[in-house]
Amino acid sequence: MAVADDLQIKASSETLLNTAAPKRPRNYAQFIRWGLLFFGGLVMVMPLVYMISTSLKYSFEVYNLNLIPEEPTLDNYIYVLADGRFFNWFINSLVIATLTTISTLIFDSLVGYVLCKFKFRGRYLIFIAILSTLMIPTEMLVIPWYLMSQQLGWLDTYWGIMFPGLMTAFGVFLMKQFFESVPDDFLEAARIDGLNELQIWWFVAMLLVKPALAALAIFVFLGNWTAFIWPLIATTDTALYTLPVGLSSFGDEADVAWELIMTGAAISTLPTLVVFLIFQRFIIRGVVMAGLKG
Amino acid sequence: MAELSQSETRSDARDAADAQRKSGLNARWHRLSINQKQVVWAWAFLAIPIVFYVVVRFYPTGNAFVLSFQEWNLLNDREWVGLENYIDLWNNDVFWVVFVNTFEYLIIGTPISLVVSFFIAYHLDKVRFMHGTIRALYFLPFMTSAVAMAWVWRWFYQPVPIGVFNNFLAQFGIPQIGFLNSTTIALPAVLAPAVWAGLGFQIIIFMAGLRAIPATYYEAARVDGVSNWTMLWEITLPLLKPTIVFLVVFSSIGFLRIFDHVFNMTTNNPGGPLNSTKPLVLMIYETAFGGRSQMGAAAAQTVVLFVILLVVSLVQLRIMRDK
Repeated sequence: MAVADDLQIKASSETLLNTAAPKRPRNYAQFIRWGLLFFGGLVMVMPLVYMISTSLKYSFEVYNLNLIPEEPTLDNYIYVLADGRFFNWFINSLVIATLTTISTLIFDSLVGYVLCKFKFRGRYLIFIAILSTLMIPTEMLVIPWYLMSQQLGWLDTYWGIMFPGLMTAFGVFLMKQFFESVPDDFLEAARIDGLNELQIWWFVAMLLVKPALAALAIFVFLGNWTAFIWPLIATTDTALYTLPVGLSSFGDEADVAWELIMTGAAISTLPTLVVFLIFQRFIIRGVVMAGLKG
Repeated sequence: MAELSQSETRSDARDAADAQRKSGLNARWHRLSINQKQVVWAWAFLAIPIVFYVVVRFYPTGNAFVLSFQEWNLLNDREWVGLENYIDLWNNDVFWVVFVNTFEYLIIGTPISLVVSFFIAYHLDKVRFMHGTIRALYFLPFMTSAVAMAWVWRWFYQPVPIGVFNNFLAQFGIPQIGFLNSTTIALPAVLAPAVWAGLGFQIIIFMAGLRAIPATYYEAARVDGVSNWTMLWEITLPLLKPTIVFLVVFSSIGFLRIFDHVFNMTTNNPGGPLNSTKPLVLMIYETAFGGRSQMGAAAAQTVVLFVILLVVSLVQLRIMRDK
């Protein structure tokens, strides 16, 4: 038994030293691994490719499975945008997602900063209270929000769509984590230089957590851009639909005109896809940061 | 006119009072110690957020609980009915179908998405050539909107000659599958795009977890002649546990709350065929906003959803912490 163990150890240490011989099958395996992963990646983006390809086809070609349209056309885009509604919904989504993102960044970082850097009684209680809201699913709040909006006349307004998302508990938690890495000495130095607390937060602390702000911005913007259930409930006027709600009603109405539905889907997806392709590395780093700290 | 001037004089008076108080406040402010000033600043910063959390988070939460014991169709007065909403739900056959569906989304979705994403992350971690490009391919679906993708997949599922999948099957002479028309296949068919869109995120998180495991562990194991398979089970998975716990809980909550995909893929017959794809959130939506406005009953359903989410998360955390 002992002899066999010895032999095994010897063999493995030998293969470690002798690098040339065992490496060849490994490269071969590595090649297959790469090929399969790449193929899998192509399969993953297939729905997106089909969506874009079909949006560039005439209706008679939709039933053809070819990826490159025989007669590429922008007619669908012209038709859908000339109709005016998609343009309108696009603007609605853009305004709403941008404003909520700005609000979230400001307030979440402010609260995170206060809970991290200020010592006062009740701090822990507030932190726990805010975190506890993470346990409550949006769906539970949707009915009270609706009743509230109805009473206050917020239905069918931008404000009505935006108000539930103006701050997030997740963002507070994330920013608090990141402010931990900002040295107190920096803030103290600014205090001695005569900045007030608001200025210290905005001009000193915020500059030091820029990567975290960017990560949070990506999540919040994407979340609001694709949000569906609350905008669906809060709007009945088509002029105030956001892209997802608009697309949902448009899809029903267009029935079997799949090339038009794909065009609408492409219009609501392409902006985020393009942004991702431009800032790819940065966004992935942000997602990891937010995902692991959050 | 009279009203206007009155309000003007009132605001003038208020300004004067404000100015007076300000000078008083100023003096008092300078008398405060640094720590006391900090406390004042802290509460000043927190004022708006506290109002927000009370009005938009805590009050609605309480309201949902209260409403679940009432009956209200928006027109009549609210009426206390005790536990009637919950009892009705318990006796509702559709609810139990929906309940099972909701858990089916969880039980099929979570394991599949985790195993697939770990498999891809594990291998992608060992690939250097075009690593970023391949990673981007897997991540792209995460950047899409669920509604848009639901419509794309809905098109894929259509029968010949429209749908991509059935066209593809037909080329190989395989009989048609009525993806969205079959009571057994419709649920996994609706779930597929949700799993697909979430994979990218899970892969990225898994890869970050894998990257965090010190290479020395593997080197030591390799010197000892340990096989790749053993390394996976003895080193990688145990050290990856925090990542796995996070992803299990996170994706379970996501699948239990599935709505966008189901709603958009079955708009002609929401949650159909025969309620076979209806999740709890869709039932809540229909009860509250589907025409009859049964707000109390819908609130009771949201409380049930809340309890389900809470119990599932706690059970998962308990089980995985013990291991």
